[in-house]
Amino acid sequence: MRHIISILLENEAGALSRVAGLFSARAYNIETLTVAPTEDVSLSRLTIVTSGTDAVVEQITKQLNKLIDVIKVVDLSEAAHIERELMLIKVRATGKDREELKRLADIFRGHILDVTESTYVIELTASGAKLDSFIQAIDAGLILETVRTGVCGIGRGERILKV
Amino acid sequence: MTMMTGAEIVIRCLQEEKVEYVFGYPGGAVLHIYDALFKQDQIKHVLVRHEQAAVHAADGLARSSHKVGVALVTSGPGATNAVTGIATAYMDSIPLVVISGQVPNEYIGQDAFQECDTVGITRPCVKHNFLVNDVHKLAVTIKKAFYIANSGRPGPVVIDIPKDVTAAKCKFEYPETIQLRSYNPVVKGHLGQIKKAVHLLLEAKRPMIYTGGGVILSNGSEQLTRLTRRLGFPITNTLMGLGAYPATDQQFLGMPGMHGTVEANLAMQHCDVLLAIGARFDDRVIGNPENFSSIPRKIIHVDIDPSSISKRVKVDLPIVGNVPDVLEEMLRLLDAANAGPDGEALAAWWTQIAGWRAKECMKYRMKKSVIMPQYVMEKLYEVTGGKAIVTSDVGQHQMWAAQYYKFDEPRRWINSGGLGTMGVGLPYAMGAALQHPEMQIVCVTGEGSIQMCIQELSTAKQFRLPIKIINLNNRYLGMVRQWQEMFYGSRYSESYMDSLPDFVKLAEAYGHVGIRVERPEDVESALRKAFVDHKDDLVFMDFITDQKANVFPMVAAGKGLADMILTEDL
Repeated sequence: MRHIISILLENEAGALSRVAGLFSARAYNIETLTVAPTEDVSLSRLTIVTSGTDAVVEQITKQLNKLIDVIKVVDLSEAAHIERELMLIKVRATGKDREELKRLADIFRGHILDVTESTYVIELTASGAKLDSFIQAIDAGLILETVRTGVCGIGRGERILKV
Repeated sequence: MTMMTGAEIVIRCLQEEKVEYVFGYPGGAVLHIYDALFKQDQIKHVLVRHEQAAVHAADGLARSSHKVGVALVTSGPGATNAVTGIATAYMDSIPLVVISGQVPNEYIGQDAFQECDTVGITRPCVKHNFLVNDVHKLAVTIKKAFYIANSGRPGPVVIDIPKDVTAAKCKFEYPETIQLRSYNPVVKGHLGQIKKAVHLLLEAKRPMIYTGGGVILSNGSEQLTRLTRRLGFPITNTLMGLGAYPATDQQFLGMPGMHGTVEANLAMQHCDVLLAIGARFDDRVIGNPENFSSIPRKIIHVDIDPSSISKRVKVDLPIVGNVPDVLEEMLRLLDAANAGPDGEALAAWWTQIAGWRAKECMKYRMKKSVIMPQYVMEKLYEVTGGKAIVTSDVGQHQMWAAQYYKFDEPRRWINSGGLGTMGVGLPYAMGAALQHPEMQIVCVTGEGSIQMCIQELSTAKQFRLPIKIINLNNRYLGMVRQWQEMFYGSRYSESYMDSLPDFVKLAEAYGHVGIRVERPEDVESALRKAFVDHKDDLVFMDFITDQKANVFPMVAAGKGLADMILTEDL
């Protein structure tokens, strides 16, 4: 099962490596990881997408909570939430592909950020799954480069992760 | 307020924490700290011969006393040598503060002389660690380190201090208390859960109590003993938990696990309610978790660390809290309920256990001409009246000490259970001997393990530590040999210890007393000679023991607890 785990941690040197090190030391899987300071600069918000059985995910949250720099941990995917990921994708855009790629970007509500005679850079913000389907919709031979930020997520409504 | 250097602040903080002994080894990056140490006489420094031993000795002091052990090492190799000690303490949840020097701030990352990323290297084997890059943060960091090390589930904390920080000056202020928003260990258990647990215990037909190192670490032995006696249930203590309940008591079934007794293992396997306290269902204790879970039983698990609960075995009733607090609450509820367990069922259960006990699984065959290691342990128990602090190294001798020396009190048995570090025995004994000058301190070891920290014979001489070393010398890495005999067709690959030193002469070379014992009839008199005639000396006793003796019972790795191999020649 795929889980999105959100972590509030002290914005201290080395705090990120404690989290990353925990995952590798205990052989937990990290699909994506994003981290940045919050509105309170003493805090960082970290989002990890992982997968595992319920027992493994329970251990992951317990082990994360044990880290001294970790303040709060929540499994976002346990309840209603929003997830978004940003992707920049550079594609070969020549001939009839130019029009087709533009149309596809529009359908996925992407933006074309950079245009040259032979390439586009398309920006797309969506759930991870939607980004995957965009990639699948394009002829693989046209993709020159993809960059993804990894998932960040937030609970819906009154579900708030704060100190 | 006076200005102090970082080095003076370090020493002052240790004084504030009432630290009596610091185990360490000087070097470039800690010279300022050693200079500050020189100018005071409140803290005694113990100069070891290798940094690994500094951490082990601090660890031994902590294990024998419930104090935080403190070690001081220099940067680079000083810190890397300390890593084995730190990892050893981490696996057994021992409170330590390890201070390491670091190259000056401006040199960090430049591949400077004796530079290493101490915080990075130790991160996976500490409870927490700090790099203090500013003298103004030094005192508060040290306060945090002691608080973190010794609260919740204890563990080692490393403080890495660049040399320029120890030279820089600032005003000294030591906080009385510390609050960390990200760290608030639970103490009291959830009352609803404890009530359910008491109910389950009173309903049990075949109850069993299984306790680990957590009871020792939390000083919960007194509450455990009262609860166990009050309920009349059978109890087992793991290797790390020996002494939590008196081993000479009738309700005690011996140690469980890979080398546990038949009665403890079968009671663990066949009980209907298992009360696990400060234990973690380790692979050396329950064997294969799938096999363990194949027989239905209700499990109550008391532990201060939520991540220990349902980690290897699914638990029915978790109680997160400090062991003595939770047990005290259980006792209170039992009193209030004014109820006892099901006496009839319990009597039948004890009868079943008596059947297992009758197998006398700890029996071994004496030999006329050669000393059996088990016999040395039995005699050691007799000669010391069961009152010694016994440290051990890792291997067969460790298991024999755990099996045949009956510990009636906590903090008398000191060994590396989690990491299984050979070489800990002598430094552990040093830490314990300094902390308990009035007690008999014994180090049970083998000719393999002792050579891993043999250099500490020199430290023991310098500090006049009257440790009694019991070397069970079988000229083999015994536990390796045993596995090779049982699982590798007796191909003894690299397990034979050749070219051993003459341990008697070696002991004498260090200024100690050495005694070699080769015949069974000399064992007791030799022990008496060491403990009585040479009470105040370190005595290295080299017992030449049976080369083929194996540790039994044994549950092979990956097998279930009921799958025990018993002594083959009985």
